[in-house]
Amino acid sequence: MYRTLIKDLYMEVRMFNVRAIVAALVSTILIGLLLMRLFQLQIIEHAHFDTLSDNNRVRLMSSNPNRGLIYDRQGMVIAENRPTFSLDITPEEVGNVDDTLQELAKIITINESDITQFKKALKRHKPFQGVSLRTNLNEKEVAILAVNRHRFPGVDFKTQLTRFYPMGTSAVHVLGYVGRIDEKELQRVDSSQYSGSSPIGKVGIERYYEDELHGKVGYKKVEVNVQGRVLRVLEEIPPVPGKDLILSIDARLQSIAEKAMGDNSGALVAIEPDTGEILAMVSMPLYDPNLFVHGISTKAYKALHRAGRRPQFNRALSGQYPPGSIMKPFIGLGGLDSGHMGLHEEVDCEGYFMLPNEERKYRDWKKTGHGSTTIRKALAESCDVYFYQLAYKMGIDRIFNFLDMFGFGKKTGIDTTSERRGLLPSREWKRKEKKTIWYPGETVITGIGQGYMLATPLQMASATAALSLQGKRKQPHLLRAIRNNQTGETLTIQVADPKPATIKSKRQWTQIINGMKDVVHGVHGSARAIGYDLSYEMAGKTGTAQVYGIAQDEEYDEESLAKKLRDHALFTAFAPIKSPKIAVAVIVENGGSGGKVAAPIAKEVINYYLQNNDGKNVH
Amino acid sequence: MYTDTIGSQNSGRFRLLQSMHLDPPLVFALLLLTACGLGILYSAGGQNIDLIIRQSTRLALAFGVMLLMAQIPPQNFKLWAPWIFLLGVTLLAFVLILGDIGKGAQRWLDFGFVRFQPSEMMKLATPMVVAWYLADKALPPSFKHLLIAFVLVIIPTMLIAKQPDLGTSLLIAAAGFFIIYFASLKWRFIAGFTLLTGALTPVVWHYMHAYQRQRVLTFLNPESDPLGAGYHIIQSKIAIGSGGLYGKGWLNGTQSHLDFLPERSTDFIFSVFAEEFGFMGVILLLAIYFFIVIRGLVIASSAQDSFGRLLAGSLSMTFLVYLFVNVGMVSGLLPVVGVPLPLVSYGGTSMVTLMAGFGMLMSINSHRRLLRK
Repeated sequence: MYRTLIKDLYMEVRMFNVRAIVAALVSTILIGLLLMRLFQLQIIEHAHFDTLSDNNRVRLMSSNPNRGLIYDRQGMVIAENRPTFSLDITPEEVGNVDDTLQELAKIITINESDITQFKKALKRHKPFQGVSLRTNLNEKEVAILAVNRHRFPGVDFKTQLTRFYPMGTSAVHVLGYVGRIDEKELQRVDSSQYSGSSPIGKVGIERYYEDELHGKVGYKKVEVNVQGRVLRVLEEIPPVPGKDLILSIDARLQSIAEKAMGDNSGALVAIEPDTGEILAMVSMPLYDPNLFVHGISTKAYKALHRAGRRPQFNRALSGQYPPGSIMKPFIGLGGLDSGHMGLHEEVDCEGYFMLPNEERKYRDWKKTGHGSTTIRKALAESCDVYFYQLAYKMGIDRIFNFLDMFGFGKKTGIDTTSERRGLLPSREWKRKEKKTIWYPGETVITGIGQGYMLATPLQMASATAALSLQGKRKQPHLLRAIRNNQTGETLTIQVADPKPATIKSKRQWTQIINGMKDVVHGVHGSARAIGYDLSYEMAGKTGTAQVYGIAQDEEYDEESLAKKLRDHALFTAFAPIKSPKIAVAVIVENGGSGGKVAAPIAKEVINYYLQNNDGKNVH
Repeated sequence: MYTDTIGSQNSGRFRLLQSMHLDPPLVFALLLLTACGLGILYSAGGQNIDLIIRQSTRLALAFGVMLLMAQIPPQNFKLWAPWIFLLGVTLLAFVLILGDIGKGAQRWLDFGFVRFQPSEMMKLATPMVVAWYLADKALPPSFKHLLIAFVLVIIPTMLIAKQPDLGTSLLIAAAGFFIIYFASLKWRFIAGFTLLTGALTPVVWHYMHAYQRQRVLTFLNPESDPLGAGYHIIQSKIAIGSGGLYGKGWLNGTQSHLDFLPERSTDFIFSVFAEEFGFMGVILLLAIYFFIVIRGLVIASSAQDSFGRLLAGSLSMTFLVYLFVNVGMVSGLLPVVGVPLPLVSYGGTSMVTLMAGFGMLMSINSHRRLLRK
């Protein structure tokens, strides 16, 4: 018994030692397993977890660049950035959001829609980031809030620079406007440049020169904690402000022109012939671009369009009008150049023109006719029969080729949005578009700028400028220079000019321009009413474009026609004749007579420009 | 035999510790570990001095308990074992009944001046009673003895699982199992048990509630629920992984200091350490733990009687289980069960129990009957 116990004890110790060694081995294996796992996490997958760790704590915040300013040619600011105040609430720092809203509503205006918007934004806000309650606070509200600030912890105003157009409605179609970026635009641009609330140019210069104006977004790398509170800035790349634009527009001339247009719908384009610089570009009616910067309300948008006059339609570039009689100088020049009419050759005008073997009468605006008419007289008095005959003799192909030299039927390529090409009809065009052949009668009415032909006011002004320089053509453009306001460097814009319109004889130019001079200064000139008190010589051409087709033998009675069916009144002009400084095209929709309605507007604009600029550019 | 060698090596310098019945290598390892723990806690707790003071107070108390336990000869533990066990089981039952009345989980007994957790007591009482039972039997144990030993383990395990405190009940079951293991449970029993567990897994899965299955699935793929149940483990893995080889440096862990890592002072404190000290630090920390476990096993093999051997072996291996479950949990190897990192995590009760266990180890090591002299 005793022996067995002793023996057992030895055996037990031996057995235990085996167990202890196995236990030590198991310990080694388990700790080895942990080390392998940690090796996997810390060494093999380290890069992965390091990224995740940085993603946790590092947040990239963008800072918007200041948008470039826009100046007119005199150095006046026409698009700037103004500080606006918005009211932000940081829910984490506010005791009770609803109480705070109630208290705030006692001192400033907070309406229902502000609160609904705020509540919506509150649901998806990031911790410790302000939620906007009101935007565009006025100065009084800012003052009230500043005084009461201590009562509202977590309520703050944020200042940001917002686009502002100090001239209001003036030059709106030149500038365009900026607005909040939308889905489609985000796809078009580099979206990283538009993080945050940065606006984008929607139309006009603001859109065309978006890349220059926008600048480059800056970034702040910040460290945040789990609640999203910013603890420190790790790295900062400041934003690069956008470049300033200096436009060729003369802001004062622009407002004179807008005022002169009165209440009418229509357009006016004024060009400096020597450079192609657009001095004024008006489309009526106007609207206020500032409405769009913060996002226009549905109500305001409806009000804008209620009148049905489509203010956002840029008539100067997108408006395609039948040019009417303002085409006569070009047709006339073409006839002289191609030898279908002599410099002093006379056409007998009996009040109508008939094609051989056809019954239809192509009427002159003057029922009794102009009698014996040369090119000079035909332009001065705007004789239709002369140009019916000339056009018929030239044929549509020659007319097309000639007018093509002046840029009709093609986009001028002006540096802004929404330009349209107009229409210069040809046999080929008709076959393609209308699937029929060209009729001789269509050639006849093309002679007075009617029929299929369409032109934009810019095309008319640009062609008139080319006429004033005897065929020398300049690329119309709005941008004169780009200024980098960080380096102070100004880059003047050079543009390539289109091919000149070439004419064999200089005397033919003179003759056409003489005819246009008689329009204004001649005894029977169709715009002689504006010529009496001019201190300089002006060449012009009136036009009256049919909107409403009158039947054969029917009388056109301006008084009895509803205003919207009345003819468009047109006038193109340049001055002074010897050394042209300005060329203008005016169209007044449903204005009636070009001489009576459109010409005085052009005169006012030219008068102002010549008196105030002496042809020199102050800038 | 072993102690003689160690004793002669350290005879000069460590006489004082030895005269206090303490084991110098173990004391130094524990001091080193707890010092590291305080350092990590200072960082994890956001450099809160109050936290450190409270933890240090607890540590002092725990070392005091260890010193006290070391003075008690192991024969006394053996003598008291059944009575402590009976008291513990009674208290557990009491707690369960109180919990039923209070309608909710109840782990604490509140005596007014001190709150007491009977399940902590059972962490020591269970291995003690199993060791007491098996020590006098001829080993390896007969089937009958084995069965009784299992019953002794299962009673407290079930009572605590019902609280419910799954983590603690598993630790107690492990402690009891290690006694049976060291009592030379036949290998074929162990193999059979392992096989049975494996075979039962699909059956258990079948009878599990949907939310329990969800918990298992979240453990297997925490990324499937990154904001809910998977959040802890994802953030913990990010903390550990981003530490790399050398770590981000003390007090520089971003996951912990920017609050991404939850429970960083308690259950997930290892992740803070791994983030700030990297793989190198982790190797050193695990080395300290490994040393403690091995030192415990050495003490066990040199113990004079069966009771001491069994208890010492079980205490050492339970300590390892603590470590493995916690580190396995924070590194995504094991599901999230609330087991703290032993002697490092912030919190008192388990620390006192652990140090009491080390006190017993030292008592077993130092109180020797001079039998064979």
